[in-house]
Formats: sequence, structure tokens, C-alpha cells
Amino acid sequence: MDVVLEHVGKQFGRVTAVEDVSLTVGEGELVALLGPSGCGKSTTLFLVAGLYRPTSGRILFGGRVANDATPQERGVGMVFQSYALYPHLTVFENIAFPLRVRRTRGTEIAERVRRVADLVGIAELLPRRPGQLSGGQQQRVALCRALVKEPAVLLLDEPLSNLDARLREATRAEIRRLQRELGITTLFVSHDQAEALSVADRVGVMHGGRLIAVMTPADLYEHPPSRFIAEFIGTPPMNFLEARVEDGRLAVTGVAPRPLAHPIPPGTYVLGVRPEHLELAADGDLRAEVFLVEQMGREWLVHAACGDASLRLLTGAGAAVTVGSRVSLRLVWRRAHLFESQSGAAVPFGLADAPR
Amino acid sequence: MTPDAVGPHGRWGVAAALMVLTAPIIVLYGWLLLASFSVTITGLVPHGLTLANWRFLWQTLPNEANAWVAAGNSLTFAVTVAVLEVLVGAMAAYALSRLTFPGRGLFLGSTIVLHSFPSVTLLIAIFLILRALGLYDRLAGVILVKLALDLPLGIWIMKGFFDAVPWDVEMAALVDGYSRIRVWWKVMLPLIRPGLFAFAIFAFLSGWNEFLLPYVLLPSQDSQTLSVLMASLSGEERFADYGLVTALSVFYILPAVAVFALTQRYLLRIFSGGVKG
Repeated sequence: MDVVLEHVGKQFGRVTAVEDVSLTVGEGELVALLGPSGCGKSTTLFLVAGLYRPTSGRILFGGRVANDATPQERGVGMVFQSYALYPHLTVFENIAFPLRVRRTRGTEIAERVRRVADLVGIAELLPRRPGQLSGGQQQRVALCRALVKEPAVLLLDEPLSNLDARLREATRAEIRRLQRELGITTLFVSHDQAEALSVADRVGVMHGGRLIAVMTPADLYEHPPSRFIAEFIGTPPMNFLEARVEDGRLAVTGVAPRPLAHPIPPGTYVLGVRPEHLELAADGDLRAEVFLVEQMGREWLVHAACGDASLRLLTGAGAAVTVGSRVSLRLVWRRAHLFESQSGAAVPFGLADAPR
Repeated sequence: MTPDAVGPHGRWGVAAALMVLTAPIIVLYGWLLLASFSVTITGLVPHGLTLANWRFLWQTLPNEANAWVAAGNSLTFAVTVAVLEVLVGAMAAYALSRLTFPGRGLFLGSTIVLHSFPSVTLLIAIFLILRALGLYDRLAGVILVKLALDLPLGIWIMKGFFDAVPWDVEMAALVDGYSRIRVWWKVMLPLIRPGLFAFAIFAFLSGWNEFLLPYVLLPSQDSQTLSVLMASLSGEERFADYGLVTALSVFYILPAVAVFALTQRYLLRIFSGGVKG
């Protein structure tokens, strides 16, 4: 089933939590809602779940308006950040809980609980109580409870944020595998950009209650439509340098002005360069002084000061950099991004001597 | 501080100090028990062994209510108060904890203010209202009054229990297809059961010990409670039978002590939020 949000808004009293959100989650698609805390992504999820009622706009499930439908009528399964298991019930009863309300026959309940527990790999935990389980196990029980109803739509609210790093990676792959296998339409809320990019077909970025972009993970990384998104997506984060456009030339702080291939309105801009697009070179564009080297195994993260700006660049392990040394850096201009300094909107640009 | 931190000698010291502090109470109750089986008491020393003081168990005392009837009234009163207080209180507390409705803040504030009035000041009004309702001198009437006076604090305490239950658990049950009332019954109540149980015991004991309301509002002998019978016996100045009064005291205390002894490990939960992990 596909889920469509049309200009959906939600106000709590005088506070606007979500404003004019339009989004389509296609049949069997996994869309991640990404944004910093307080951006309205969980509220949006709760609106889709039917736990909140929108104050404006429409929510459609399979083409039918579902604004006033209860969570049960919508056929959603949901996993909460805290897992929200029922501590007084066994794992079996936790998973069976959504079936009990529907007066499903006892034998069928047992069979369906067993099947979904096998699918997620927790069959041996069924007689235990949530208090006796690890975080990862609780998370799987919560997933089982959401899946046992065979929901048309699966909603995941920060399902991995309470797990430790290694388990998180394993579990997100597991969720992706299950979602593909069951072909279930899924909305996934996360504040972790790496998680959202790795798991989703498309990522919706939210900021201040608005959905500011919906793109594939690759597009989001390669062509961020605004400085906010460029800053938010990618680890380590993008470098930003002040820039001016004058007389058809782009002047970046600390770099000799370069002629533009196409005219851009003169004014102040910000140049964004990802750490992997700054390279050590004998005759680079910038000169900087190294003040910190983080050895991260496969590669090193080098922090260098260039005037007032602090730059991050990735080098291969064993590069010839030491703290205090002066280095020359070359910009990979073709992979750099230009943003208006006021609005933060991305501005396409090309250099006359370095075509994109 | 863990017990080990004090050291073995320190622990005995603490125990000894506590024993000295609690000794007067132990001595008082011990004396009460001894006296109830004694012929006479001079000062604190009882003399002779007798069961005559306990004669209220097999005969009705002249001009007094039957002790068993009074005990039955006390029991009915205390149990009904406890059950209704938990039932009504848990509903009201849930609503105040979880739902938004007009006047919620006012309600929360006024319950505490009402509770701070001494109930004696309301007696005349209560008397007139009960008489108008035809509930004067009836157990149901006193139960109603006791509920009205004790519920505000009970609602506040139980609201605390509900407040401690995370929202997510309730939302999960709503997503699982349960209605609000079934969420309350199937998820919320089981989660705060230890707290509710502790609260029910306190409500029972408070009902069992209640004196003022039955004394004023249940004048006839058939509807008297044990506390009123006690007062009636010890209040007869001319020929107060202290042996009889002590025996009835023990009879009156026993159920309360038994309830405490059986349930004391649950009672602490009322202070720890009432939610089990």
C-alpha cells in the first residue's frame, strides 16, 4: 500500500510542529525521514500512524483519505525508539498482544507468533520477559510485534538509536533485508544521516517542521540542494569557505580568483568542499597548517587551519603530515558546491579552466 | 550507605538504639495483650488469668452493639472504601495524568486545596446532606463521605504512578488496536499494580481505623463500627471495665496487624512510584 501526505500540518496549541509536508511513499518503498531533533520528523510519523490527527492537509492510505482513521484501521505496525514493550507480559504475549484484540483463535496466534519470531530469529526468547533481554533483543521483539499483524505499512521511530554502534549496523542491514523480503511499505525516522542514507530508497530531510528535500541517498550526498543539507549529510562534515563573485570571477578566501565558465550574479557566497575532495598537492590552491591528525585506520582525518577557517581533509593512512607542518591543498573544483550566503540555496557553477 | 559500610559493631549499635526507641511501643502493646487476659491491673502489673474480658466474643454486652456485628460493619466499610477508592481513583488519576480536557489544571489544584481542610469542619454540612439523601445512619452514606474526603489525595498519589509509565508503552498499545479504556485496563493497570495494591492496603487500614465519621453519622447500634464501640465502652466513666476495653482493643488491632504483617513488603512501593521495571 502506498502512503501519500498532502500539505499535512500539525499544531499543538500555538506551536507548529509540522508544516505543509507533502510526501509519497510508494508501495514497498523505504523512505527515511532525517533531521535534527525537534525538526518534526517523529510528529510526522505519529501523524501517519494515526496517533496524532493532522490540523491541515490530507493523509491517504492506498488512495483513501485516512485522516480520521485509527492506527488499527490504517493497518500500521510501529516500532518505538524505546521499544515500548509491555514489561508485565512475556515476549510471546508481547508479540501476541496486537492479535489478542482482534479475537484471533489461540492456535492461529501461536502459529503466527512462532512464524514471525523465527523470521526475526528470537524463537528461543519467547518465554522470557522484556526485563531479561538485552537492548538488541528487545528491539527485535518490538519489530516482531509490529510485523505479526502483517501490517500494510511499517513505521520505525529511531529504532536503532538505543543500540551500540556495531549492533546498530547489523540491525539496520537486518531491517533492510526483512523489509525487502516482505515488500512492506516503510517509513523510517532517524537523526543519524549515515543510518538514513544506508537503509533508505529515498531520504526526506526535515528542518523546522518542514520537509525541505526528498532525494535518493546518492543525490543527497552528491548534489545537496542547500547548505543546511550539505552540512547535515556526510561524515566528517563538509568544509565551508567564504567566497565572492566579482567581474565573472570566483574569489575564495585564501585562493587566487578563478574565472567562471558561466555568469553568476555578483555577491557573497559560501564554497562547500567535502573532506575527500581536498587533496595534498605540491602546488595546491590553499596553504594551511596542520593542527590535528586523527588516525582512523583505513584513512586519516587531518585538521588544518587556513586563516580563520578550519579545514578537514581525508588522506590515506601514512600520509606525510605531522602536527605543525604546513601543507598545500588542492581543491577538487568539479566536486565543490557553491551556496548563496543569505538563503543557503545551492548555485550551479563551473570554472572556465576546470569544467564540471 | 550499605550495611557493610557500618561494620559489625556499628550495626549492633544501630540495632540497639532502634530497640530502645521502639521499646515503649512494644511495651504498651505487650501490656495491652497481658491485661486483656488478667483479672485486675495495678499500675502496670496485671494479676490473675481470665477469659472474662473476652466475653464480648460470645455475648452481646448490655446496652452495647454486638462486637461481631460491629466488626462486620468495620470490615464492610474498610473493604468497600478500599475497593472503590482504587477503582474510582485509578480512573480519575489516569484521566488527569494522560488526557487533556478543559478545567484539568483547576481540578488538579482544587483537589489538594480540598484535601487540606479538616474534615471536622464539614461535619454539619455532611450530616444535613446525608439526611436529605436518606443516607444518614447508613453504612453506604459514610462510605460515600469517606470516599469523597480521601479520594483527592488518592488521586494525586495514583496520578504519580501513571505519570511514571512511559508514553511510548501506551502509544504502542493504541497502535496495536486497543481503545483507550482497554489500554487502561490491559496495560496501564497491570503496570502500576504494585502501587495500586499498596494504596489499597493503606485505604483499607484508613477505613478500619476511621472513627469520627462513623461516630457522628452512624448513631444506631446496628450500624456501629468497632472504633465507635471502643469509644463507647471506654467512655463510660462510672463503671468503665478496663479489662473489657483492653480485650476489645486487642480484638480491634488484630486485623490491622495481620494485614500489615502479610503485606508490608508491598507497602513500600507506594513511595517508589508503583511501577515495576
